[in-house]
Amino acid sequence: MQTRFNSELSRRSLLGAGMALGGLTLAGCASTASGPSIGRVVVVGGGFGGATAARYLKMWGGNIDVTLVERNPNFISCPISNLVLGGHKQMADISRGYGGLKALGVKVVQGDVTAVDAAGKKVRLAGGGELAYDRLIVSPGIDFMFEQVGGLQAAVDSGRITHSWKAGPQTVALRKQLEAMPNGGVFAMSIPKVPYRCPPGPYERACMVASYLKTAKPRSKVLVLDGNPEIQSKKALFERAFRDHYSGIIEYRANAELKEVSGLTAKLEFEDVKADVLNVIPPQRAGDLARSAGLININNRWAGVDWLTMESTAVKGVHVLGDATFSAPAMPKSGHMANQHAKVAAAAIISLLKGEAVNATPVVMNTCYSFVTASDVVHVASVHQYDAKDKTFKTVPGSGGVSAAASQLEGRYALSWADNIWNDMLNA
Amino acid sequence: MQISDRRAPRLSVWAGALALAAATAQAQTPAPNPHLARNLAATCANCHGTNGNAVGEMKSLAGTPAERTIALMTYYKTTAQPQGVTIMHQIAKGYTDDQIKLIAGYFAAQQPRK
Repeated sequence: MQTRFNSELSRRSLLGAGMALGGLTLAGCASTASGPSIGRVVVVGGGFGGATAARYLKMWGGNIDVTLVERNPNFISCPISNLVLGGHKQMADISRGYGGLKALGVKVVQGDVTAVDAAGKKVRLAGGGELAYDRLIVSPGIDFMFEQVGGLQAAVDSGRITHSWKAGPQTVALRKQLEAMPNGGVFAMSIPKVPYRCPPGPYERACMVASYLKTAKPRSKVLVLDGNPEIQSKKALFERAFRDHYSGIIEYRANAELKEVSGLTAKLEFEDVKADVLNVIPPQRAGDLARSAGLININNRWAGVDWLTMESTAVKGVHVLGDATFSAPAMPKSGHMANQHAKVAAAAIISLLKGEAVNATPVVMNTCYSFVTASDVVHVASVHQYDAKDKTFKTVPGSGGVSAAASQLEGRYALSWADNIWNDMLNA
Repeated sequence: MQISDRRAPRLSVWAGALALAAATAQAQTPAPNPHLARNLAATCANCHGTNGNAVGEMKSLAGTPAERTIALMTYYKTTAQPQGVTIMHQIAKGYTDDQIKLIAGYFAAQQPRK
């Protein structure tokens, strides 16, 4: 690895020195298009934001060197992962490889970035290697503020309590706990105060777990402990689903902020709730790398960005995507939105590398589908236009909205959405 | 926007005034980015596939004549609750008519994948 990075560095210095490179074949140059590379972009994080950015940089940038650093060998999708908890999908259904990006000429490095050297324009890898960049994209997702709930870190570390708010082993672990839960048991889940990743996700999870228990363990209960004063997304639609499909199973409690966990007991302000399976979605902030790279500059939690380029307002040359950003008004933290952020960033970075003006009128939009049964789905959609005066994205009055009612047609659309967005980001 | 030198001399004064007016307008509103259509169309890809080539049962847009996309989007945009439509009427209302035209033109020019 080290050798390859060094050869890239020397190649860049040659370019910088203005030496002719025609006819030379240099190791480490993965670009397939003709002509010299317009620059090197390193993307850290291969989720909805990072993978999309890598793909679109290659597709739109032509001869551009793109390296994607991701710690996991495969992409595992958070959207649709609640269906795995319900027993309606398997892990294989929500997993995709990075082969499609490699086929497009993206260098995919499995590893961890331990440090960002913004002054030296390079990132350090856990193995000791370095990657030099002209522009860096950080798409680190979220990490958890375990310190806000007493006992939670140790309980999650021990495996007793799951968060399952990053799909993967945590999804499998919660599914196993549900399968082992006795009929008549209590599944309790805690929802943090906003903002958190995927506003409708917790309520979809309640429905999916309830759909499993309803047939497999019908005497069981789902207790939803919401730290917020009300359901945070698609409220009327979820309330209706709770009533129509899970009456006597789902019990919803507002303003039930979790303070502490002890064993499988959830300690709220005024009461203790004993569960057989306890799932805690912890309070969240921008991912660890955003913190160590000095990108977190808003509320000590999120990374501020220039919405025209997605460039950090804290560190020049570093672009931040997805859930880690301090959201524009009414902009959800969703995989769909991270994909849209990535396209704004890819277009802007290519323009910046070419010395052209960036698009001054970007648009992003969001669609979130939620399963309320194994086949019935509801959506929320929004369109966000850039407002030059306030330098942020704003939803368009009269646009967006939610489903009139849950339907199986939207269930088919939801699964098709997943296939298309996974394909859009991964070429797989 | 370029005014040709071959225009009749009589028109040159007017042409100069027009060019000046255009330049002023451009100073106020920056020239549209040459990649605007591509960028706008990319907002549709999450459901309708990269460059309008969808997988599964979602509708592909690649190769669709621009007039058809414009007509459909205008219908979605101007109708409160079109019969049988779940989501597109909510999304269409977020785009300007000019943006819809750019998106439609971009997809019309894309090659449908077999």
